[in-house]
Amino acid sequence: MIAQILADKCNNCAQCVNVCPTFVLDDGPQVPVIARLDACQTCYMCELHCNQDAIFVAPDQFAPEPSADPLPHLGMIRRDHGWDRPGEAGHLDEYRKLGPLLGEGAEIAARRYQAQRRSV
Amino acid sequence: METDVLIIGGGMAAGWAAIAAAQAGARVVVADKGYMGTSGVTAMGGPNHWWVAPDPARRKEAIARQSGKAQGLGDPEWMARILDLTWRYLPSLAPHYPFGSDGAGGTYYSGVRGSEYMRALRLAALEAGVTVLDHHPALELLRDDEGRIAGARGHALRTRQDWEIRSHATILATGGNAFRSGLIGSHTNTGDGQLMAAEAGVALSGMEFGPSWSISPAWASTRTLPYTGAVYYDADGRELDIPPSRAAGHAHNRALGHEMLAGTVLADLSHAPAALRPILRQIQPFTPAPFERRGIDLFRDRFPVKLFGEGTIRGTGGLDLADAECRTSAPGLFAIGDAATRELVAGANSGGGAVNSAWALSSGRVAGAAAARESLKRKSFSAPVHGLGRIAIAPLSAHRAIEASAIHRAVDHAIHGYAHVFTRDEASYAASGERLEAIWGELSAHGQATGAALVSLRETAALVAGARWTIAAARGRKESRGLHQRADYPEASGPTQRQLVSGLETVRIHSQQAEFA
Repeated sequence: MIAQILADKCNNCAQCVNVCPTFVLDDGPQVPVIARLDACQTCYMCELHCNQDAIFVAPDQFAPEPSADPLPHLGMIRRDHGWDRPGEAGHLDEYRKLGPLLGEGAEIAARRYQAQRRSV
Repeated sequence: METDVLIIGGGMAAGWAAIAAAQAGARVVVADKGYMGTSGVTAMGGPNHWWVAPDPARRKEAIARQSGKAQGLGDPEWMARILDLTWRYLPSLAPHYPFGSDGAGGTYYSGVRGSEYMRALRLAALEAGVTVLDHHPALELLRDDEGRIAGARGHALRTRQDWEIRSHATILATGGNAFRSGLIGSHTNTGDGQLMAAEAGVALSGMEFGPSWSISPAWASTRTLPYTGAVYYDADGRELDIPPSRAAGHAHNRALGHEMLAGTVLADLSHAPAALRPILRQIQPFTPAPFERRGIDLFRDRFPVKLFGEGTIRGTGGLDLADAECRTSAPGLFAIGDAATRELVAGANSGGGAVNSAWALSSGRVAGAAAARESLKRKSFSAPVHGLGRIAIAPLSAHRAIEASAIHRAVDHAIHGYAHVFTRDEASYAASGERLEAIWGELSAHGQATGAALVSLRETAALVAGARWTIAAARGRKESRGLHQRADYPEASGPTQRQLVSGLETVRIHSQQAEFA
């Protein structure tokens, strides 16, 4: 669940209020207000769309974790998406491997299962 | 407000419909309950699309294979249509979507990452002149005196104002029903469009084919890419006998469900493909976060897992369609994407992944163009109109407070509980059905609210309605076929029947001989 909007980074552009699919946030005087935490589904969309890297979503989707340390993680979601790069050039060039890797994992599991069956 | 085409919902299908309708010359309004670009399950995922080059032999072979999976319930003509439309239109997003390399000097089109895909659809819709209303949940459909659906009413969350939009054609693109399972992205997927359409007398089909489940860390639903090679352990470190993820007869999820009913299940992902580790965060940037933020190395440490139900999203059921342009039985009303039945292209099995994405794109394109054509023939808006919403708006008895979170837990349990993972029988359906009838009775008699509270209460009603249709349809189909698996009727029994389910106060089942069997 969303845990913090860091006042020293936030420029109150309210993009997070806008993009949140479950309307968790309200406009606020200095920074947006986390108004409906129970509606937060921990989807990280607010982090992804925050150009200031000012938002931290704690990892548990079932319970709030207000004391988690945000600093090592700020902006990671946006950088991993390549949204900080000009034109996002080439950042989806590995994407084609998703399907083959799913298949490879399934084959690993199938081979392992068969080998164990034979050894029983 | 008046428009030619009103689209309710803002996901994949809504995006494609909005673009198609605007390109056909219609004024288009998209009213989404969240934000068009992040709403629904696509933005957090990575939809692959059913993708076959327009070579007649290859297309024929793909359709034959898909018809086999559909087990007598798919329509080969619809399959051909969605292959064609997907091939033609997915690359048209190139001005807004940074398609990557195919590794052989070309462009990779068929699989797209959700957050960029949804952003691209929003940008393309805006560029085509579509009016997008975010945080504008719809509450009920409107019908005019000719009996035609003439728009909708809803509530704007940010301004706290009720809205009314009159339209010549209305498209429901509200997505599937995840029964509030916690599946990532699905909090908004409460089956709202299905409730609204049912109030207009539209039936549903394919509701018995589902649900399925996806594995995730117990504390957060994620995508499942690293799990296909997983090994599972109990809390005492004993390896569990879990058949591999692609084992026949849903054996993998059935075994996992059985073990989770008994106790904690831990996953070990150390056997995942070596090539995945360095690029996981580039391919699925949301997947590592729940681990890193807990100090867990997902490829080394064992961690507890949970099955998250996927409701009708990876299931097949939805609003039944009356023609090849996605019209419903209610004049002026169309249904697309996961709000509609996917039985036409997925049959008894899941269209999860590629086929459902091609369906969302194609049903959106087809309905968008047809709705534009139909609406441009109509000149004036006839008055008066009547709201069709009943439950949570006009209770049968005195208003009483409704405990929504308990209802949501009961609904998720009735559909997705670990005791139900591909192992149901008549007694289990009867128990769930009885519980759901009691909940519906309470809501129907006493549920009432206004404003944002009404939005929530209508969502609760839609969750319960969807669960009642699902249980009734599953109970009615006395066989096992595809995603519908019963312990008391373990075999498929011919002849192949299609089944419709309809009604709110009373749920009815109607069977007919399948056309394509």
